Amino acid sequence: MTIVHDFEYAKPVSLEDAVNLLERSGARVLAGGTDVVPWLRDDLIEPTLLVDIKAIPGLAEISLGGTHMRIGALITFSDVIASPIVGEHAPMLAEMAAQVASTGIRNRATVVGNVCSAVPSLDAGPALMVYDGAVEVIGPDGDRLIPLDDWFVGPRSTRLQIGEMATAITLELPPADHAGAFLKLSRYSGEDLAQANLAVLATADREYRLAFGAVAPAPVRARRIEAMLEGRSVDDPLLDAASQLVADEIAPITDIRATADYRIHMCQVMFRRGLRAVCERLSGVGPPYGTQLI
Amino acid sequence: MRHDIEVRLNGEWRSLEVLPREVLLDVLRARLGVKSPKVGCERGDCGACTVLLDGASVRSCLVLAVEADGHEVTTVEGIEHDGLTAVQQELIEQSSFQCGFCAPGIVVAAAELVTRTPHPTAEEVREAISGNLCRCTGYEAIVDAVVTATRDPIRAGEGT
Repeated sequence: MTIVHDFEYAKPVSLEDAVNLLERSGARVLAGGTDVVPWLRDDLIEPTLLVDIKAIPGLAEISLGGTHMRIGALITFSDVIASPIVGEHAPMLAEMAAQVASTGIRNRATVVGNVCSAVPSLDAGPALMVYDGAVEVIGPDGDRLIPLDDWFVGPRSTRLQIGEMATAITLELPPADHAGAFLKLSRYSGEDLAQANLAVLATADREYRLAFGAVAPAPVRARRIEAMLEGRSVDDPLLDAASQLVADEIAPITDIRATADYRIHMCQVMFRRGLRAVCERLSGVGPPYGTQLI
Repeated sequence: MRHDIEVRLNGEWRSLEVLPREVLLDVLRARLGVKSPKVGCERGDCGACTVLLDGASVRSCLVLAVEADGHEVTTVEGIEHDGLTAVQQELIEQSSFQCGFCAPGIVVAAAELVTRTPHPTAEEVREAISGNLCRCTGYEAIVDAVVTATRDPIRAGEGT
């Protein structure tokens, strides 16, 4: 099965050139291609021009400035796993990246591309949302920063406008000591999409952040649960009370991978295990990052 | 519009003209005469088309040929240039494959693993080939062969 329709291909060497090319009608960004190429095959997209951004300098970097971490548009999931900056400051992101697909995909698929594709089961979404992630976008009218809370419009739909491209994701690291956990429920370990996923972040001053994925049209921050937990130390009665709220925070469907009821039940289980894991990690006795938590 | 590209395929620079819509897997097989990457699912799920691009395993069904311009592509034919590797020898020794359709992809994925992790555990091998589907074997003989072929001789000598 081949790609049947023709398109042009350009590989600009500057952001400015890329933005100019993307002004052309039917232009589309190509980075890792792990979504774009199958979509071309399936005729889900029919671009007139693919703008390959892999020769643009500065996009293949993870950098740290104060409490901001910046993940460039060409950073792959394998890059996240290998990054010393991620390992030291946000190891939960590596825990997430290691659960995405398999090596042959992770070597090519980019984190920013995952967020731009915006399939509901994306693993990067919840993990980046608990760091108050925002997408840096450049376009003909200049730059803008779109918080991930507003970014996802629905399945495969984002706030990115035609002619714009995402250049990076910026994260805000909590100033206090913190720990994270990423849990992915799938039918088998190895290469499967999430039936449900959960990112948890907890700080030493008892702020908690949670985001669920694959259980709503887009990843969701569980703000009511966060509010209930804030300032308190986690114990069984609190977990019992808070897990009652899980079903209100998510809106799963039944599909080929799981039923809605199973997803709700497992999100409650993941919530309890995730919270326990981050609290243990905060106190230095938790399971090492990369341990399967569900 | 056609693009002139140059690809260093298994150590040898090859030049050709491609259309942007031509996929690397098809170009390797139909135009460059390298048949080891297999046409399986053509959507990145099965791993039968796995090749190394600048030393990193990728799905050649998900790479446009034009993207490989100026880059190095290695297939099984390039991995075994000095005769079969220890991993390949052991895969044969243990009759790890049956139909063999997944074999080139698995050999390439294992080669990448061994470059980074010279003495992988069975779990590391399973993780490394988790994106390569085999419908014949159940994987055990494949994992065993990779572990046996790469076992650290010093540690193995400890008799643990």
